[in-house]
Amino acid sequence: MSTATNGHVAEPVVDYAEVLKTYDPVMGLEVHVELNTATKMFCGCATGFGEAPNTQTCPVCLGLPGALPVVNVAAVDSAIRIGLALNCEIASWCRFARKNYFYPDMPKNFQTSQYDEPIAYNGYLDVEMPDGSTYRVEIERAHMEEDTGKSLHIGGATGRIHGADHSLVDYNRAGIPLVEIVTRPLVGAGAHAPEVAKAYVATLRDLLKALRVSDVRMEQGSIRCDVNLSLRARSQDPAAQNDVPLGTRTETKNVNSLRSVERAVRYEMTRHAAVLNGGASILQETRHWHEDTGVTTSGRVKSDADDYRYFPEPDLVPVAPTREHVEELRATMPEPPAERRRRLQGDWGYSDLEMRDVMNAGAVLLIEETVAAGGTPVGARKWWLGEIARRASAQARDLADFGVTAADVAELDGLVTSGRLNDSMARQVLDGVLASEGSPVAVADARGLRLVKDDGALSDAVDAVIAANPAVADKVREGKVAAAGALIGQVMKEMKGQADAARARELILEKLGAA
Amino acid sequence: MTSDITRASAAVLADRLSRKEISAVEATQAHLDRIEAVDGSVKAFLHVDAEGALATAREVDKRRIAGEDLHILAGVPIAVKDIATTMGMPTTAGSKILAGWIPPYDATIVTRLKAAGMPILGKTNMDEFAMGSSTEHSAYGPSHNPWDLERIPGGSGGGSSAAVASYMAPLAIGTDTGGSIRQPAAVTGTVGCKPTYGGVSRYGLIALASSLDQAGPVSRTVLDAALLHSVIGGYDPMDSTSIDAPVPPVLEAARRADVKGLRIGVVKELGGEGYQPGVRARFEESVQLLVDAGAEVVEVSCPSFDYALAAYYLILPSEASSNLAKFDAMRYGLRVLPEGVKDPSAEQVMAASRDAGFGDEVKRRIILGTYALSSGYYDAYYGSAQKVRTLIQRDFAAAFEKADVLVSPTTPTTAFKIGEKINDPLAMYLNDIATIPANLSGIPGISLPSGLADEDGLPTGIQILAPATRDERLYGVGAALEAALVQRWGGPLLARAPELPTGANGAPTTANGREVRA
Repeated sequence: MSTATNGHVAEPVVDYAEVLKTYDPVMGLEVHVELNTATKMFCGCATGFGEAPNTQTCPVCLGLPGALPVVNVAAVDSAIRIGLALNCEIASWCRFARKNYFYPDMPKNFQTSQYDEPIAYNGYLDVEMPDGSTYRVEIERAHMEEDTGKSLHIGGATGRIHGADHSLVDYNRAGIPLVEIVTRPLVGAGAHAPEVAKAYVATLRDLLKALRVSDVRMEQGSIRCDVNLSLRARSQDPAAQNDVPLGTRTETKNVNSLRSVERAVRYEMTRHAAVLNGGASILQETRHWHEDTGVTTSGRVKSDADDYRYFPEPDLVPVAPTREHVEELRATMPEPPAERRRRLQGDWGYSDLEMRDVMNAGAVLLIEETVAAGGTPVGARKWWLGEIARRASAQARDLADFGVTAADVAELDGLVTSGRLNDSMARQVLDGVLASEGSPVAVADARGLRLVKDDGALSDAVDAVIAANPAVADKVREGKVAAAGALIGQVMKEMKGQADAARARELILEKLGAA
Repeated sequence: MTSDITRASAAVLADRLSRKEISAVEATQAHLDRIEAVDGSVKAFLHVDAEGALATAREVDKRRIAGEDLHILAGVPIAVKDIATTMGMPTTAGSKILAGWIPPYDATIVTRLKAAGMPILGKTNMDEFAMGSSTEHSAYGPSHNPWDLERIPGGSGGGSSAAVASYMAPLAIGTDTGGSIRQPAAVTGTVGCKPTYGGVSRYGLIALASSLDQAGPVSRTVLDAALLHSVIGGYDPMDSTSIDAPVPPVLEAARRADVKGLRIGVVKELGGEGYQPGVRARFEESVQLLVDAGAEVVEVSCPSFDYALAAYYLILPSEASSNLAKFDAMRYGLRVLPEGVKDPSAEQVMAASRDAGFGDEVKRRIILGTYALSSGYYDAYYGSAQKVRTLIQRDFAAAFEKADVLVSPTTPTTAFKIGEKINDPLAMYLNDIATIPANLSGIPGISLPSGLADEDGLPTGIQILAPATRDERLYGVGAALEAALVQRWGGPLLARAPELPTGANGAPTTANGREVRA
């Protein structure tokens, strides 16, 4: 059964729980990280995001005849630091290689990359799972390469090249330094595979942020994830599961949010299972992920005949970091993720459960930044995991990319803790921030939001509510203090929400002699 | 009749300029006049920039009158092979695919020529993307050998050698991937040097084979080559493979011209079968002259050289197939729409443009290289070729244990006739058999005239090779030999070249379909 969704044909899928009865998922994740160096990988051009097209280019990154690359040593240092943070071995001598293929947004029609001599290899990253357990992601390699330009397809419905009227190419991105981090096949995750994938990318993102090597803005493409997935038969004997040969994999390209990583793994598992259950075999191909519809569609068929004709880049000399230099870089490593989490949990006074919720929401970094910006740990957690998470989830967006900054949240929290706003007013302020009306203080000012502390107006409202609700008032007088809640609600209504609920309660109890 | 100015060597010209006997404008104009007179028959230039060259000359004259300190070669005009990017001046690399392309930047060596105040006369013809040994593969038609206009001036840098041999320029820039400076020098009776790999910046030289390409001087005397080598040589941060060390003392060595006690190694594998008798005779005489000047001769053997040509024709096409991928009609150069295709894709435009823009030899080498790098063939072809390269480097290392420099004939034959080998690529490739090993190992080599072959009266060349970064040895030995030969000849060899016909204003003929010319 297939239905047309926004132009793509959704393929049959099976129920997620059904997948696990028959199959065991195996994943491989390739994460491209754009480094935040001031200049490009092989030339002196600036790397700013969102600049006017083709303004950050030169003969080298435009691939003009005669131009030659020169390695950016800052990018090499970043790559080594990433390797060290991923517990990798660092090559003492390695070369760049040319990956040859034709594409309009690749100026030289080869990408200068690394092939069989990566700068970092044989590492791992321990990822803490929602249930508190740890999954060790083994890292095969982290290698350096340059980004391509960006094609913009004009005309046509989908923004893809197919059906477009014409295409424009922006080479500002061409030559931006990238580090590609490739995992070994991730096995044994079973039903948790989608969560492992998400937790890995979230942990990696936080690590890269702590290393200060990347802007880690997934929505701007500074971290891009390719998800390889295959299913194999589930073994009756769990101990023998890894003896079962791997199935054919698909590679879902450019999955660019944490939420999508999880969804894409989940979707591909259910799609693969449907294909396999139908007696067909999986086509080895690249797939496109559609954030809006949550499905993947077939891209280019990949085969073993794909031939990039790699050979060592003759225009560059080998990269040979000395051991002393690597040790110098090792000394700049931030604290390891697990230690960092323990420290933050202590600093913030969160319970284990609270801390786990924060991690599962991918909000550690956001809360850290919020606290650093002057927010309270309790307030930061309340906002990020409460109201903001609810709204982001409703719009299927990642918290980090939702349009509220840590500074905003700190300011909002400050407005509440200082007593200027109550929670309901703060939510209105959040609306304004999300509507780009300005900072929380500016929004509160512009919308005239401020708690009324003037007892005169409040006292009048309390009197009116007591008069209108004699039965409830009597109960309070008799000592059923809990009944005051109904009166407080009415007072707040009377005051159009602009009252301090705590003060209203005090006044009610006072006036009814129950204080 | 050729004027005194154009007959003068660069060193003499520089001297006369510094003594203000002539002005840079006069020197430049004399060469422009010579181009006007004879390039109609030689066809060395693809583009002549009279205005730009004279503007530079005027500036030099002004600064000289003002008493400024000028570079020794300030005001000495030069021709540049069309493989180097020149800002505001067309740069085609001899290919149709770059017809009309005007680079927005200068190659580092061009920047250095400009800084020295050398007027750039124009861009010289070459085999397309430097693939060839005759200039017959230029998309703009062949250049002609001033010794015999029916013969090739060598290649790929035949335009530069022909320009210098016919007094249209005292100096020229060449590039040498497998002999493209030295072989044209040998067949036109001029001097050409391929410096140590990394000795001269490659930034702005349109790449043929990145690990083999090297730019160097083309001149009529060894001293002139050393002068130009000193201008263009030295570290360039824009080229990662450039050597971060001072230029070897080439000028001092050329002036000293001393070979006493030096061990000269004759390479057994370069010079036997397949070498023309006249080439061998002149070579042997040259070796004897070196002995007479106080050198000691030893024979050395480099057995791996037998595989050099095969290895070269795997490494070069492999790198070239990748280097030439950028010519895709997306950003610059020729763009051709495929016929009969409605709404062609970018890939179809690329294919049509490359099909129309590249000549047969270029396509042949792209196909060879693409094949050699293919998965499943890489180890057998590219991988094996790299191993041969290592063996050749070891052969050289062993030979330089026994000898300070090595010598051989530069080419197996004198200049052949235009059209003679155009349909036989293998015969054409064999021209570079003696020059290729130096490129494969990165060592420097120079070719200078050794005389005329008895059988055809055409120039022959002798090649001198030195260990990497010891370029000065080429100039010391070369200058000593040159002095002995000139004394024996009673004057420079080029004085024996026939006078060239001077066409009506040297207007370019259209017979060979040349399209680019100022």
